[in-house]
Amino acid sequence: MTAVALRDVSLVYPGGTVAVKDVSLSVADGEFVVLLGPSGCGKSSILRMVAGLQRPTRGQVVLDGTPADDVPARSRGVSMVFQDFALYPHLTVGDNIGFPLDVSGCPRPERTERIAEVADAFGIGDLLERRPAELSGGQRQRAAMARAIVRGPRVLLMDEPLSNLDAVLRSGLRAEIVGLARSLGLTVLYVTHDQIEAQTMADRIAVLRNGVLEDEGLPDEVYRHPATMHVAAFLGSPRMSLFKAFVQVVADSHVALHVGGQVIDLPWPDMRARAVAHYDGEDIAVGARTEALRPAAPGSSGSVLTGQVRHLEHHGHETLVSVDVGAWGVEPTGLHELRTGELVLRVRPDARPVRGEHVGVHLCLEQLHFFDLANGRRIGPRGRRR
Amino acid sequence: MTLVAEEVRIEVPVSGAPKRGVVSRLVSRLGNGFVQLLLALVALFWLVPVFGLLIASLRDESANTASGWWTVFTKPSELTLDNYADLVANQAVWQSFLNTFYIAVPATVLVVVMASLASYALSWIEFPGRETLTVVVVGLLVMPIQVALIPVAKLFGTFGLFGTITGVVLFHVAFGLPFAIFLLRNFFTGIPRDLIEAARMDGATEWVIFKRVVLPVAKPAIASLTIFQFLWVWNDMLVALVFADQDSAPITVALRAQLRQFGTNIDLLATGAFLSMIVPLAVFLVFQKYFVQGVLAGSTK
Repeated sequence: MTAVALRDVSLVYPGGTVAVKDVSLSVADGEFVVLLGPSGCGKSSILRMVAGLQRPTRGQVVLDGTPADDVPARSRGVSMVFQDFALYPHLTVGDNIGFPLDVSGCPRPERTERIAEVADAFGIGDLLERRPAELSGGQRQRAAMARAIVRGPRVLLMDEPLSNLDAVLRSGLRAEIVGLARSLGLTVLYVTHDQIEAQTMADRIAVLRNGVLEDEGLPDEVYRHPATMHVAAFLGSPRMSLFKAFVQVVADSHVALHVGGQVIDLPWPDMRARAVAHYDGEDIAVGARTEALRPAAPGSSGSVLTGQVRHLEHHGHETLVSVDVGAWGVEPTGLHELRTGELVLRVRPDARPVRGEHVGVHLCLEQLHFFDLANGRRIGPRGRRR
Repeated sequence: MTLVAEEVRIEVPVSGAPKRGVVSRLVSRLGNGFVQLLLALVALFWLVPVFGLLIASLRDESANTASGWWTVFTKPSELTLDNYADLVANQAVWQSFLNTFYIAVPATVLVVVMASLASYALSWIEFPGRETLTVVVVGLLVMPIQVALIPVAKLFGTFGLFGTITGVVLFHVAFGLPFAIFLLRNFFTGIPRDLIEAARMDGATEWVIFKRVVLPVAKPAIASLTIFQFLWVWNDMLVALVFADQDSAPITVALRAQLRQFGTNIDLLATGAFLSMIVPLAVFLVFQKYFVQGVLAGSTK
């Protein structure tokens, strides 16, 4: 059953700014869907439209199969957790949690029981008499979440609930939220700009950019077969290396990709070679994540690019090496057009290359991504069902 | 009670401020002393005449005409409560004292209730023409009441409100609202949007949001508005002089009527004036406990 569905929803502000453009998205009952995107991409606007706090300019929000356009926020059976907690400052934690119950006219004994139950689930049972000002950030967020679920909502909306907390708290709460949503069977729509949150929490990810839904799927699918260059660059750390390559079809044998002064060959049996061949004589963007790269001896044969070490990043358990192979970089946002394309190579912490040293990088052809430079779309068979 | 406790707690970090150098501490201490001295002087300048008035109201007429109030320090035996007894016995003045309550209390309550409802709508309920309405209402602030005296007097005459307490109250309400709405709307729009929307998501109707979220959070603004409005109406003479008749006149008008061309009538005037000062002071003291900084603390972030 579909709990939440957006049908061709657009939101245009009075000034003419398009916040959300023709977004269609459905969330199944009990599913945990993360809306991911940079700030200003329209993800919070979508949440507000589902909540009923904002009316879509066009399109429809459907809750449990019924159009919800004329249903006010308070009657939608939808709860929301806000980025900055939004606790009522004049009420104690207990009364904050009890507020939705008071509003719905819940009888006193049941109210007390429900508050205690929910507060215990979030480990704030001993803080019920405190005021929000006396709580730490993590406790406030727990109180806000307790308040959101005390009414037993069908759908829980979360707007960057962890972004005001420090890193340690965040990773702990991630697991807690997912576990709680599962055990309560909640349908969750979760907004974040943090790709790690998206990857670790979501049943399904929807990636937005400039109000457009660019990609949607299982976290793993979206990571491994990003639909566009932007999605590719947004997911994964370190960022996917994107660089320009000139396509040349060598009849009957292979497609040559000219990267700077060097060449990678894409053999015909590779399914994607035929798609790439359409760009004969043009530039395309090639993307490579660190896991597609291996150190190799400089100048060795096969899919190896040779370059100079530009920059080192020591992370303790690994070292990231930026290698300049003489290619032009591609920036999906359109900024910094003249950036040089650098491959980010992951090596063991004890293998320490020196800056300026020449190294070889072996590219795993199967794991390379090809994108159309004009529209940023993925080239070739998608490799997964939609 | 808890609000007061909160105030104390917030001040703690200030008194237990981080250790600073001797010089800066000395400067701040001297600076503090200077500021305190200045404040004490200002307070003294204000208090001396008030104290004089109090003493004058406690001496009989002959004593007041014979010597200044400061002689009380040498002759405290002159003090008497007779003046107050006379005032209460004076039907006209006592009635005017009551009239002032009948005017000031409804004029304050009505303005606070109407302005808070209007300000909520103007800041948090979306409806067509909201911005225009706000500008018009606030724009009415520039309207001087003198301009309206004659037209409104005619209008009241037609409706039989002239010379009634109701008429005076209505006038005060009408001219109190623009400022009241201006003040409260500014405060209400400063309440975090998320707080209002959280309440909306929690299932609250606009009325419940207003009553259970906005009003408690807006206590300081409402307390200051109450004090302002009460003071204005209580101290008003112009409006009462124009619209009230002998039976509905407030104390400001009644005391003025007690002025004599010959003789001072000081015993009655001082007593009436002191009584009329005490009431706003009491109102101020009652409401000032709601001026607590950081009412919104802990709601967001």
